[in-house]
Amino acid sequence: MTGRARIVLWLGRRGLNEVLRVPGASIPGVLAPTIFLLGLTSMFGAAARLPGFTADDFATFIVPVGMLQGAAFSGAATGVNLARDIERGWFDRLLLVPAPRLTLLAGIVASAALRSLLPSSVVFAAGLLIGVPWPGLGATALAFALVMGLALALACYATTLALAFRTQQAAPLMQMGGFVLVLFTPAFAPEDLLAGWMHAIATVNPVTYVLEGARQGFVGDVTWPRTWPALAALGGMLALLGSLAVRGMRRTGR
Amino acid sequence: MTRVVAALARRALRTTARRPQFVAPLVLFPTLFLAANVGGLTRATSLPGFPPVPSFLDFQLAGSLTQALLLGGVASGIAIALEIEMGFFDRLLAAPIPRVAIVLGRLCAAAVVALGQVAWFLAVDLAFGGSVEGGPLGALAVAAIGVVAGVGFGATGITIALLARNVATVQGVFPLVFVILFGSSAFFPRDLLQSPAREVARYNPLSLIADGLRDPLVGPVSAGPVLEGLAAAGGVAVVMTAACVLALRRRLARA
Repeated sequence: MTGRARIVLWLGRRGLNEVLRVPGASIPGVLAPTIFLLGLTSMFGAAARLPGFTADDFATFIVPVGMLQGAAFSGAATGVNLARDIERGWFDRLLLVPAPRLTLLAGIVASAALRSLLPSSVVFAAGLLIGVPWPGLGATALAFALVMGLALALACYATTLALAFRTQQAAPLMQMGGFVLVLFTPAFAPEDLLAGWMHAIATVNPVTYVLEGARQGFVGDVTWPRTWPALAALGGMLALLGSLAVRGMRRTGR
Repeated sequence: MTRVVAALARRALRTTARRPQFVAPLVLFPTLFLAANVGGLTRATSLPGFPPVPSFLDFQLAGSLTQALLLGGVASGIAIALEIEMGFFDRLLAAPIPRVAIVLGRLCAAAVVALGQVAWFLAVDLAFGGSVEGGPLGALAVAAIGVVAGVGFGATGITIALLARNVATVQGVFPLVFVILFGSSAFFPRDLLQSPAREVARYNPLSLIADGLRDPLVGPVSAGPVLEGLAAAGGVAVVMTAACVLALRRRLARA
């Protein structure tokens, strides 16, 4: 294993250690999407009776939304943790490591992808418990892969903010970005049932395509025409948000 | 006493305004949630059993306002917990002022913040094509219920902070806000909720508060729901303010 890969692994493991060392910090990120899934299903369940609704029940329709919310929380947590490391001076010591900034960034955001498996698994399990049908192994694997990809992209976004503001006080901004991106999609109803303005936003929101890609196996079959836009949207988000994070890392300390 | 309460209330308001991380959850988060709900479920009004309302925005507004008021309560608790952690609360206790003024000052600030939240959501409603069907009297009724409920939720947050004495515990209450909200008729008509939320909503005082806030927004002011909402908000305010004072005494006894 090369030195750079070891650094990425080490930083990724450090991020994951936080889940074990400070379990309390992970609880809101796990609880919130689960509460949203159960609460929204209880509240808006009747919406599945609307003509044109594309799922048999509301819970099945919004399980992928809850999983993506878990990804958003994990991404934001990465930025908040980095801001804390900056405040405490640990990040300045990290910058002294003889490794490219890109390697350090990869290590910091890598843990988000793995961390997102915790809330999304809990949401997925809660969905199955309340009667969401098993979507099949392939569809499940695709949904989790997209969740991990989104967590990675949103970790880059949160990292950019952490590097710009250098304080944990920017946490609401980090959380708000993912929140908006996930909810301003066909999160609660199919596109044809959305209000006109929401339909317009959802069309240009890349997370819409990620959500549709993750949802397809829950409400029907997995097809390539629904999968490639999800992968392309995720690729675009990773390229854009990743380059902003790289730019932030390169500017840090100069 | 009045001067001390006013001075402490002013200080609490200034502190809130200076910290964007406190202000954001008070209005921004519920407004975004309102937009997501309205944009996603605007056709819900055509569901059989949905009460006749001018628009889904008018119906949802009361839910988002209730959510904002609850988050305001959490913010009050976090502010007190921060003061306890930073030692400022102990300095206040040592000052030659009536101790109850510390709590009352914070509750006055909670009332002002709640009034601001009511004004914000009414402005959002009007700006995006909604209406206050109850007219100026209806707006007054919404403001009255909102302010009293804001004081009640603020007292709840402060009580938790005085008992827990740390920010992390008060922040941990955040998800509970949604549990309480989702078990009420704040966001959807009670008859259309799924079981067991429908049964829980029947006994949840938050349903009364939300229904009281909603009534003047979706039709002419009717005494029943408004008075029930005011009574529920008043009940929460009286009980939780008493709990708040008791928690303060308990803390003083331990100090």
